[in-house]
Amino acid sequence: MKKTLILTTALVGLGFAANADVTVMSWGGAYGEAQTEAFVKPFMAETGIKTIMVDSDNPATPVKAMVESGNVTVDVANIEYADAIRLCDEGILEPIDASTLPAGADGTPAIDDFLPGAITECGVSTDIWSNVFAYDNTKFPEGPTTVADFFDLEKFPGKRGLKKGAKAVLEFALMGDGVPASEVYDVLSTPEGVERAFAKLDTIKKDVVWWEAGSQAPQLLADGEVVMTTAYNGRIFAAAQNEGKPFQIVWDGHIYENEMFVIPKGAPNMEQAMEFIRFATSTEGLRASAQQISYGPARKSSMAEEIIYKDGKTVMAPHLPTAPENMANALETSADFWVDHDSELNERFQAWLAQ
Amino acid sequence: MADAAQILTTADGRPLKAALAAAQGRAKRRAFLLVLPLLLFVLLTFLVPIAYMLMRSVEHDGFAASAPALVEWFDENPDFDPANPPEEAFAALVQDLARMQEERTTGIAGTRINYSVPGSISMFKKGAREAAGLEPPYKEALLAVDANFGRPALWRGMASASNAYTAEFYLVASDRKLTDAGWARGGDKERIYLYLFGKTFMISALITVICLLLAFPVAHLLATLPMSKAALLMILVLLPFWTSLLVRTTAWIVLLQEQGVVNNLLVGLGLLDDKGRLSMMYNMTGTVVAMTHVLLPFMILPLYSVMRVIPPSYARAARSLGATSWTTFRRVYLPQTLPGIAAGSLLVFILAVGYYITPALVGGADGQLISNLIQFHMSKSNWSLAAAIAAMLLAAILILYWIYDRLVGIDRLKFG
Amino acid sequence: MTVEPRNDAFVAFEHVQKSYDGVTLVVKDLNLSIGKGEFLTMLGPSGSGKTTCLMMLAGFETATNGEIRLDGRPINQVPPHKRGIGMVFQNYALFPHMTVGENLAFPLEVRGMGKSDREAKIKRALDMVQMGAFANRRPAQLSGGQQQRIALARALVFDPKLVLMDEPLGALDKQLREHMQFEIKHLHENLGITVVYVTHDQGEALTMSDRVAVFNDGRIQQLAPPADLYERPENSFVAQFIGENNKLLGTIEELSGDKALVRLATGELIDATPVNVKEKGGKTLVSIRPERVEFKPEIMPPGAHMIDAEVLEIIYMGDILRVVLKVAGSDDFVMKMRNTLGQTRLEPGQKIKVGWHPQDARALDP
Repeated sequence: MKKTLILTTALVGLGFAANADVTVMSWGGAYGEAQTEAFVKPFMAETGIKTIMVDSDNPATPVKAMVESGNVTVDVANIEYADAIRLCDEGILEPIDASTLPAGADGTPAIDDFLPGAITECGVSTDIWSNVFAYDNTKFPEGPTTVADFFDLEKFPGKRGLKKGAKAVLEFALMGDGVPASEVYDVLSTPEGVERAFAKLDTIKKDVVWWEAGSQAPQLLADGEVVMTTAYNGRIFAAAQNEGKPFQIVWDGHIYENEMFVIPKGAPNMEQAMEFIRFATSTEGLRASAQQISYGPARKSSMAEEIIYKDGKTVMAPHLPTAPENMANALETSADFWVDHDSELNERFQAWLAQ
Repeated sequence: MADAAQILTTADGRPLKAALAAAQGRAKRRAFLLVLPLLLFVLLTFLVPIAYMLMRSVEHDGFAASAPALVEWFDENPDFDPANPPEEAFAALVQDLARMQEERTTGIAGTRINYSVPGSISMFKKGAREAAGLEPPYKEALLAVDANFGRPALWRGMASASNAYTAEFYLVASDRKLTDAGWARGGDKERIYLYLFGKTFMISALITVICLLLAFPVAHLLATLPMSKAALLMILVLLPFWTSLLVRTTAWIVLLQEQGVVNNLLVGLGLLDDKGRLSMMYNMTGTVVAMTHVLLPFMILPLYSVMRVIPPSYARAARSLGATSWTTFRRVYLPQTLPGIAAGSLLVFILAVGYYITPALVGGADGQLISNLIQFHMSKSNWSLAAAIAAMLLAAILILYWIYDRLVGIDRLKFG
Repeated sequence: MTVEPRNDAFVAFEHVQKSYDGVTLVVKDLNLSIGKGEFLTMLGPSGSGKTTCLMMLAGFETATNGEIRLDGRPINQVPPHKRGIGMVFQNYALFPHMTVGENLAFPLEVRGMGKSDREAKIKRALDMVQMGAFANRRPAQLSGGQQQRIALARALVFDPKLVLMDEPLGALDKQLREHMQFEIKHLHENLGITVVYVTHDQGEALTMSDRVAVFNDGRIQQLAPPADLYERPENSFVAQFIGENNKLLGTIEELSGDKALVRLATGELIDATPVNVKEKGGKTLVSIRPERVEFKPEIMPPGAHMIDAEVLEIIYMGDILRVVLKVAGSDDFVMKMRNTLGQTRLEPGQKIKVGWHPQDARALDP
């Protein structure tokens, strides 16, 4: 019975995946398109291995269901960092031997070429995305420059947009309260730190518009509903670049995270899957991805040369979370912390919202 | 002899009942075969998942299956002191941690304990990495790895999780927390589930009432208009079904937000000051407006189907008997629409209770309902807690259904 | 035709017109006076305007023009619930969510009557229709006839002076219908109430009414007691609508006082009583009831014309024999013969002569 059910759950648009050599599951949308352009098409052209892309709202969920039901139809999945750690710990994913990853274009071994944390036991980073905050620079020509400004209603009056959830918001609040990026998780691990984060959020609570879907943040900003909002950096870049919106990203206190390629345990085409991951996460692969969408490559060698956006003129470096100038006061999401405290703090967050 | 005489037989001497059964058997078997696909479908896609969900809400063997030594120890020492577990307990724990490291089950076991004791996953991982190298006395050794291994709450949690069957998820879903002293009511700043249950039911009830008030006149008009005009109106009623939920929700955002169409109009007409724009979106108002719109047809259709068959002569009879139009409505028309009101309200209420996309998108801080938490835990693969909350929701709705049955009578419901 | 309103009329329609769409009139200049205690039936085919008249009287439709008076008081502007008129509907319209007792209590409750008074009245009304034991039943648990009785009792329980009945027996089977006709008539006589009764069943109209108003095309064609209606129809519509009727088309040959000689298209001459024909040479439709047709010359008055007929078919109906004849070129002329012991037997194909008393043949508008 259990098996049947998980099987039904796992049948999320996978029926058509049967005829390919490698099936890659990702998030769809502009992100999925970028990966198709940067990874799938060149991979097929070079190796002749038939590769297809399938979409999911959150690939980690079907991957877990598939492995538990023993009916794995996906070879490579693109999942969040915390999920890559968690599912790895639960034995849902195949371990990946980092030594088989290609060295950088400059010859640096993969282990050293990748940024710290970008290779885990079961996953390899495809890109680095970030929670930033952005504002409408027609409203504030002398715009906010620090996280503290986000919380300063006197200097920058107007509504704020924040993601409706504990993750990234609590870290953001602590940085706004003056906690340096490097100490955020130490502070947040204590009950006092949690209190402090919520106390900081209290100061703007009545002026916050909470958003839920990633597309809502740039929309709120465009509609003038908020004067500044946290958002995924790629969304703001796309709105500014493709639609000419006057949006300015503030990189101070941005909270970044690796997105990981993983191989579900029992994937039907393990060899080709590994070959795909080696291809996609090579210096050139990650570089190609950053030409499509403003998420940073996790390899130092990919940024050695200037990356130009697909429009042929925009220099990507200032728009990538991994650019050195953007990393001055940046925080990497702690997967360990959130694996431990996600439920607990989310409940706390919901209770706080409801007060 | 007397008995035998009472059994009626057919002309050829067979008992009448047997003959009847044989004559009807073929038709019955055929009818059953026709129903069979639906029966299997409902069983497979509806009843089985519900049963599975209920099972999942009380069953989780993530820890029990990966920590055999501790399970055995807890079995033998059911009355141990969680504040001060003995050395053998620590020895069993270390043994299990080493085993988890080997079998790659640290995550599963840690996750199970983490549900009641936050922080356990990384503790287990740390412990498991070191376990193979630890030397007795294990208590000191393990406490040196992480002092939290001595927490009474952890030991209570592990003892509880050593049984694959547990009511823990229901405790969590009722705002209980596992403390060092045992399960207790969560602090003021932590309680959320029961509050959200209450809020979900309140909002759903409010939406049901508004839907009823809006739908009643529309349904009445539909039922009394001539066919051609009624058909046109019916298309308008069904129009919301023809557009996707997200499109409709977005349309409401465009209309109602502070810089939206309605506010711009009011400011443009000089009815509102630019500073005094109304907040109709990202709060309770937005949730209620958008959900009422989405759910209105579910109220109109059952009402319409009931009203359509109420002959106008009832109202005329009441009027001729001396009743004012209000009395006629209250005592003659309204009671006859009760089956439709009951069906529509039940439908709208139950749908509203389960809605989460619309409130999440337009509700702002007020937009979190209990289904959002179910969805949250599903996305974190904490299916047991999600299942426990869902089961509680199911139970609440069944209770409501039962009350309804006592008050109105389920057999009188008319869905259309 | 017009009937001058009587001053003592209990119900009076004066020049009432009704239009639903502003283009056509469904009721055209209705004038009608109903006396106190009278049983008046509105009879007519569907769409003739009879139900609309009843609805205007009840207050569910408003008259487009003209005045309706009840007991001397104009009621055009009085809402239905203040008219104090009892009404019985074709489908009974018993409230399904109330018991029989509650249905009967309803008109009394809305009048603010106390509980004990109510109970006494309900009991009396139920006893009146022999349904005393059914007060706690629901309408759905009753047969059609029983529901009809309850509907009657409910319309009468608050002692209305006027009771309207809209095809109340339409849904009952024949036997029950005849029984109920008798009971309604009986109640009417005992209670002294005024009844306006709408039906399309002429038998019902003739059996029960003091007077019958025959409606067609938005007008009253004839308003008369049943016997007059049947025996002395004033126009060809009434003649054809009420009872069975033989029609012979012809021209007035001679017209003298209450006698007319009509020449049929086939050249034969027949006798008739002029009703609404004006002058010699005018076209006319002569109407003769089948039971008034004779074929034995010995019982005809002296000098009466007889014309040739051929027996086409004889239908045995038990009490009577129905003889279909070919007369004056048309083959649907019917003669009814009593099935008596000494009755002459006719055979198909037999040639006979038929005739009638001049007063039984009515020369009407063509």
